[in-house]
Amino acid sequence: MMKRDEALKVLAERYPEGIVVPVFQSAFDWMGIRPHPLNYVCTGAMGQASSHALGLALARPDKMVAILDGDGSLLMNLGGLVTAANLAPKNLVHFVSFNKIYEVNGRYPIPAADQIDFSGIAKAAGYPRTFTFSNLAAFADAIDEILDGSMLTFVTLEVKEGEMYPRDFTKLHSADAREAFRNAIRQN
Amino acid sequence: MVTVSAKSKLHESGLAGVEIIDQLRRSKIEFVVAVPDIVTCDGLLWPLTNAADITVVPVCKEDEGVSICAAMSYCDRRALLLIQHTGFLDSINAIRAIAVEYELPICIMVGLQGMEPDRKLKDSDSYGIRIMEPILDAMGIDHGTLREAEDAKMITAAIDGAYTKSRPFVFLIGNSPSSS
Repeated sequence: MMKRDEALKVLAERYPEGIVVPVFQSAFDWMGIRPHPLNYVCTGAMGQASSHALGLALARPDKMVAILDGDGSLLMNLGGLVTAANLAPKNLVHFVSFNKIYEVNGRYPIPAADQIDFSGIAKAAGYPRTFTFSNLAAFADAIDEILDGSMLTFVTLEVKEGEMYPRDFTKLHSADAREAFRNAIRQN
Repeated sequence: MVTVSAKSKLHESGLAGVEIIDQLRRSKIEFVVAVPDIVTCDGLLWPLTNAADITVVPVCKEDEGVSICAAMSYCDRRALLLIQHTGFLDSINAIRAIAVEYELPICIMVGLQGMEPDRKLKDSDSYGIRIMEPILDAMGIDHGTLREAEDAKMITAAIDGAYTKSRPFVFLIGNSPSSS
């Protein structure tokens, strides 16, 4: 199984400048791997990252938007998959890091950890294209297709821990991060 | 004749959906993010759905809408969230974090399902309605009530103020807007 930071590095290499809405441990890792003002990190909590990303995709259809969701977070906002599939913005790619635990909240298992199929749920909700990867090379081979902007896309990344980046909760909710994003999106 | 006259008078004094929508246009609202609500569905949501210049974004749950409106605000696109008070109460954590603590111009119209037309909110038999204004006050969220035709005139200034100050504003809709 691939390590999360390795998968995120594959994405960062192919997607160095675009809008990213990351959540919790993916956000901490992503801010270390690809620090950038177009990282939209202030999403509140309770699985709301994907809804923020949908708002960005609708408001800026000229820009690609990537969500780096967590499995526990996505479980809190499964209806958002239906909302997004109904609107089907072509410029939205929803990645979920699937490691079967609430990693930032005590490493407790998510419900139905060994049964759930996130890509299957997304497909049933109406996502026109879904992928599931546990192998880094296979993910790297598909990354250009995933980011081609041709249709709403969902990607399950089955991952284990890799290098851990600092858990900077202050930055995750900071006025500075919000202002940086606001300025950056206005200039793009 | 008496019946017709009474109906006419009621219609003239009531909240009109077309006036609210006109105010939203003046406020440069481009998106209405909505969960259907019995108070506002006929008079507001359906006409908005049929309007060519405003895009309705249907969401499954109200907290999604808070986040969608927030994200749009960063892009200088104005949005309104149209929900029922039960959905507002369900979404308080999102409103707390995203609208209040992040200081974003989340504008919300809230239908008060079960509101008695002849009472003040604080005197409603509905516990959920009685606690709406105290909750908004406790959260420091500016709010206004839409019940009569005159009330709609506040909408544009309230939305402009919310975006100028980058703070949330909540409209409490006590009477169903007419659909004509």
